[in-house]
Amino acid sequence: MSTLTQPEFVLGLFEAAPASFSSLRQLGKESFYAQGLPALKSEEYKFTPIAKKLENSITEFSPAEQVTISAEQVKSAIFPGFEGVVLVFSNGYFLPQLSSNSEGLTIHSLSEKENTPLGSIADAAKDPFTALNQATFVDGIHISIAKKISIESPILLLQFHQAKGGQVISPRIWIEAGDFSKATFIDYHISLDDAPYFVNKVVEIKGGINADLTYHSLQQEHNQVIEVSNLVTDIQKDSQFTSTQITLSGDMVRNNLTLNLLGSNSVGNMYGVYLLNGKTHVDNHTNVDHTIPHAESNELYKGILADQSRGVFNGKIFVRQIAQKTNAFQQNNNILLSEDAIINTKPQLEIWADDVKCSHGCTVGQLDEEALFYLQARGIDKITARGLLLYAFAGEVLDKIEVESLQKFIVNQIQERLGSNF
Amino acid sequence: MSKDNQILEDLTAKEYEHGWSVNFETDEAPLGLNEDIIRWISTKKEEPSWLLEWRLKAFKTWQAMSEPEWANVHYAKMDLQALRYYSAPKQSKKPKNINEVDPELIAIYERLGISLNEQKRLQGIAIDVVLDSVSVATTFKETLGKLGIIFCSFSEAVKEHPDLVKKYLGSVVPMTDNYYAALNAAVFSDGSFCYIPKGVRCPMELSTYFRINAANTGQFERTLIVADDSSYVSYLEGCTAPQRDENQLHAAVVEIYAGAHAEVKYSTVQNWFPGDKDGKGGIYNFVTKRGICAGDHSKISWTQVETGSAVTWKYPSCILKGDYSIGEFYSVAVTNNYQQADTGTKMIHIGKNTKSRIVSKGISAGKSQNSYRGQVQVMKRAHNARNFSQCDSLLMGDQCGAHTFPYIDIANPSAKVEHEATTSKIGEDQIFYCNQRGIATEDAVALIVNGYAKEVLNQLPMEFAVEAQKLLALTLEGSVG
Repeated sequence: MSTLTQPEFVLGLFEAAPASFSSLRQLGKESFYAQGLPALKSEEYKFTPIAKKLENSITEFSPAEQVTISAEQVKSAIFPGFEGVVLVFSNGYFLPQLSSNSEGLTIHSLSEKENTPLGSIADAAKDPFTALNQATFVDGIHISIAKKISIESPILLLQFHQAKGGQVISPRIWIEAGDFSKATFIDYHISLDDAPYFVNKVVEIKGGINADLTYHSLQQEHNQVIEVSNLVTDIQKDSQFTSTQITLSGDMVRNNLTLNLLGSNSVGNMYGVYLLNGKTHVDNHTNVDHTIPHAESNELYKGILADQSRGVFNGKIFVRQIAQKTNAFQQNNNILLSEDAIINTKPQLEIWADDVKCSHGCTVGQLDEEALFYLQARGIDKITARGLLLYAFAGEVLDKIEVESLQKFIVNQIQERLGSNF
Repeated sequence: MSKDNQILEDLTAKEYEHGWSVNFETDEAPLGLNEDIIRWISTKKEEPSWLLEWRLKAFKTWQAMSEPEWANVHYAKMDLQALRYYSAPKQSKKPKNINEVDPELIAIYERLGISLNEQKRLQGIAIDVVLDSVSVATTFKETLGKLGIIFCSFSEAVKEHPDLVKKYLGSVVPMTDNYYAALNAAVFSDGSFCYIPKGVRCPMELSTYFRINAANTGQFERTLIVADDSSYVSYLEGCTAPQRDENQLHAAVVEIYAGAHAEVKYSTVQNWFPGDKDGKGGIYNFVTKRGICAGDHSKISWTQVETGSAVTWKYPSCILKGDYSIGEFYSVAVTNNYQQADTGTKMIHIGKNTKSRIVSKGISAGKSQNSYRGQVQVMKRAHNARNFSQCDSLLMGDQCGAHTFPYIDIANPSAKVEHEATTSKIGEDQIFYCNQRGIATEDAVALIVNGYAKEVLNQLPMEFAVEAQKLLALTLEGSVG
């Protein structure tokens, strides 16, 4: 294991942990102590000095308490044109009274569902923050989709965050989808004020056979927020899973996305856009584990970095020895707009089988001066022209978002930002 | 399938062709490593005191370091105290010309197909032969001397050109660089030194053949190539080693310095004993190779064909410090049986308008593991840096692995960096096509692999390219299962 940073400053979190899930929490705690917070030289967190960031920015290592959310707040937070199920959370606590439901969907707060096999998909031993969440989460949600149910309208997880004392919010989401089911989730975080806090989220998705699941995640909290998000999913036979990760702001954001392809003929898609300015630091780590033959994975992440922002991308394709006939594709493209922006990218292939087709590509560059000139020659001012080109660059990923209202909402924001001077 | 397996069996059962050793008396250091041993080596080599101090300092640094474990290789750790750090073929006096060289030595090279006499007649290449740590013959020295080119063994350079050695030794690979570089700095036995003066274009390819001979001898060469402003040199390094049951350690250091408008081309064919088909024995090859393009418009080009060694850990790198400097890395790494290779390059862009190009072709067969690990770093001030990287892996057999770990760290918006990598199986349809036309599977594989690696092989000097092609075919024949 990596050298440990003594995690004394997180002790308060353990003390405040609820009594529920006691054995699970104990395991999480042990696992956290076995790993410690990632040290500076830790390979997995090489460019993201998260432990130091937490030590400096988070004043109070205790769980943020639930804040009252009104129906109006919920209403105004939902993006225009959205139709579907809304599940409301306040600092990780599920608020059933403000939430809606749909046929075939069973929803429980985690505190009333103690038999949930948390940790069975997101292994606490593999990531210290998963372990920390497992030991200290306060509440969360258990979502279950019945067999053969296709939920056509999207399910919005509306997460309100506010921690005046700079505390920790540990959302925990458990989703299990029955065989032949279909659902689309939108994970959307909203800050209620601009005080700093730390979000340590774990999402576990247990997919059934022939399930079709999509998980969109939109990160646009304010620039004092530190976030670590772990999404782990098991993908069964004949299933499809798609993740889109849009990151527009934050102080330091780390997203770990793990796709375990467990059944043949399964497909995992990972898409992402990061549009960064200021001093935002975003680190996307994806890991797709091909454990069986005849599965496919696709990955496309695009980044635009301005000001003093820093982007980190680490995509890992792991093809096990028995996973013959695997197709795995990975692409990461970045545009640097400023002298002070930095990108560290590591598209990684680990292939132990021979009959596979795997490729990865990675580029770092800037806007095509000629294209910019072409547009300017036709009377489009430079900033607009640049916005157009950048939008076209990111558009390839944004087009993958099938929820129209969400796509529009994101596109509008991105266009607005790109159209101005960032 | 069974027939293929049969072919595979036959071939993997093939013993290492260059596996034999010649007995001759060696002047050996006692086993183990401590300050006294370093003093012993230094005295033995009649070194000046500054070099001994340098060695001791490196030894102290090394003691504080621990063996790196990040590479994607697994092997039984070596007991560095059980090694002998110096062994030289015993000779009463230094030979003045080739006829005075120990005939048994000559026999070794004849068996390897690189007889010195032959080479001498060919007139094309000057060979500085390193056999178990001491240079025994240096040819063509006089021809080179007329141009002011210095090409000699390291120990000779220390005696005759102390200022040059002092100036450049450790300037590219500092003794504190890494565990094995520090070890090398402490105990290096010999190596080659090459200096090309200003404006001189070296008329022939300089070549060194390395061999490891005595058992339990770690070989720690140190090569230093200095190309002064506007000079050019092409340097060849090739190796074979006799079969041994115990793992032998090879921790070499190569430093290249290129002044303004200078160009250095460094080519390697490495074919050390890879271990037998059960993964027993074989060389541990932990090498630090680095070049610095110190002057503007300078160029360093690495070409390597890696087919040997049980474990390889090697990253020839370029520091592109001068403006408009160019770094190139062309590599073919072939692993078979239980071989493990973790190899790649680092391109550090510091100067403006610097360019680098990486072409890496990995071929894994049997139960081997082949990793590409590379870094492209563009520093903040490196405006208009350009990099293109291509890493392809070819897999043969379902028990081998191919891995890619590219690190791309960019801190300048004008950089253009592209990286692409593919991994795939050797084309069955291509083999079938060849079979149909009467070409046996083995030959077809050789043909396909050579075609696949052509981009790299083309970079090799002619003499080497021929050898390399044979080597590729030999290493991989019949590995299609």
